Amino acid sequence: MTGTVGENGPAIEVRDLHKRYGEYEAVRGIDIEVRRGEVFGLLGPNGAGKTTTVEILEGYRARDSGEVAVLGQDPASRSIALRRRIGVVLQAGGIYSHITPREALGHWASFYPHPREVEEVLALAGLTEKADVRSRRLSGGQLRRLDFALALVGDPELIFLDEPTTGFDPEARRAAWETIRSLRALGKTILLTTHYLDEAQALADRVAIVKDGRVLAIGPPRELGVGASHHRVAYRNARGELVEHETDDPTALLHRLTSEALARGERLDELTVGRPSLEDVYLELTADAESPAPPDPAGDSADLATAASASRRSER
Amino acid sequence: MSEALTLSWRQYRLERRMFWRNPSAAFFNFVLPLVILAGAGAALSGNQRQLDRLVPMIAGMSVMSTTFTALAYNIVFLRERGVLKRIRGTPLPTISYFGGVAANAVTNTAMQIAIVVLAGRVIFGIGWPQQWGALVVFVLAGVVCFAALGVAFAHAIPNFESTAAYVNAVFLPVVAVSFYAFDSSSAPGFVRTIAAALPLKPLIDGLSGAMVTGSSLASNLDALAVIALWGVFGLCLAVRGFSWEQRRT
Repeated sequence: MTGTVGENGPAIEVRDLHKRYGEYEAVRGIDIEVRRGEVFGLLGPNGAGKTTTVEILEGYRARDSGEVAVLGQDPASRSIALRRRIGVVLQAGGIYSHITPREALGHWASFYPHPREVEEVLALAGLTEKADVRSRRLSGGQLRRLDFALALVGDPELIFLDEPTTGFDPEARRAAWETIRSLRALGKTILLTTHYLDEAQALADRVAIVKDGRVLAIGPPRELGVGASHHRVAYRNARGELVEHETDDPTALLHRLTSEALARGERLDELTVGRPSLEDVYLELTADAESPAPPDPAGDSADLATAASASRRSER
Repeated sequence: MSEALTLSWRQYRLERRMFWRNPSAAFFNFVLPLVILAGAGAALSGNQRQLDRLVPMIAGMSVMSTTFTALAYNIVFLRERGVLKRIRGTPLPTISYFGGVAANAVTNTAMQIAIVVLAGRVIFGIGWPQQWGALVVFVLAGVVCFAALGVAFAHAIPNFESTAAYVNAVFLPVVAVSFYAFDSSSAPGFVRTIAAALPLKPLIDGLSGAMVTGSSLASNLDALAVIALWGVFGLCLAVRGFSWEQRRT
């Protein structure tokens, strides 16, 4: 069919994708390209168009316009040959209550020409101990692991993970991240949607930041300023004004700020060190696009914050 | 093709396994018709003419409950739980999935009909069915018709909580009208007209002919035609409007 071009080309190509639900335009011209073997993150708030985009790629929805190729094929054709090569973890996909993970995996494996061993998949998903428990007795986290296992059992080349860790406790999230990393190590291409910055940072080789149905920025997470090294230090100064600084080196900045404050005999009220929220990143990205030097509302901290931010960029 | 058949068979086996593991499904399929038969049979005991009518009525209702009711429930439940959407994302051919589901419904119906036939022979003294061929034809036609209508009707049900209300709003009046028209020669004309236009009364007529009176298939072709028309209507609606996902509200 598409021959060697299809096999060596990108895993996913999306150009100028549009999708409208009635009056609401969910996707307004998205372009992305996912390379083979990479973990690609679609990062954005709820309602950004992530799930719509992914469901078009999975073959669940028809696009209004634009070009889409998944493993060289148009997913809208819903060919069985294509579905044999992809694995889908839906945001909320149920499973029969009265069968066990082992039985479900055995059944799912029969849909694929070259499935993985059920035992191996159970182990990879961390379900070996629950393999013979009916799924209605599994916990939410265990069911999510079963979602992963069912998507993996066909040994797909490309795996879609739609918000794989939403609602997880921190421990379960770490476990899911480990599973995703092990999939990457197996050479799988993964398209992941998330609204967690740290998840995109921890897992994705590249991310597209999506908002209101458009891609705001695309690239490796650190280069987009969503890196884990990006910290925000905030406090109230003696006049009660909120002062914010952004830095790559919070230790040094805190040392300097606290030394100066102690030397002046002041306290730094409401002192916090945090990471920027997704919203901050959007604001920064949209501000960058509209005006190169956004005015800082924090008054006297403006030069310092801007300087810290500038130095962060210059290191790249 | 053979692969699609193999996958149908696997889906069928999975459906059977799940059926036996779900106590309420097994109960409604086997115990309920027996309870109704036993209760009504006791009330009518000794009145052979009434018993002769009761057995095909229960058989017809069994066909409707194992297909129309059971499929509407299942489809709505699986749709709401996201199981259908998950299946939709796999390479399992749609035809194989529905083949397995339909074969499961046929099995349940066959078991119920067997129970009713046995009870008719052993308890109610109506003997073995007179026309086995006609029995098979009417049961199969009834299964296809009511299964299609059940899948089609599932489209109209907004969520699982309201399934019982929606299903019973159809099931109970259809059963009541059809039983009345079949059982009572004094039923008003409009009741007879309505019942004759619905698929259950013709099915009971056909089953009665096959199980009790021994009238030939040829003499019940008009009944079969009504069932077939409803079947075609149901299949069109079932295929056209089928939704693999819960509607967004």
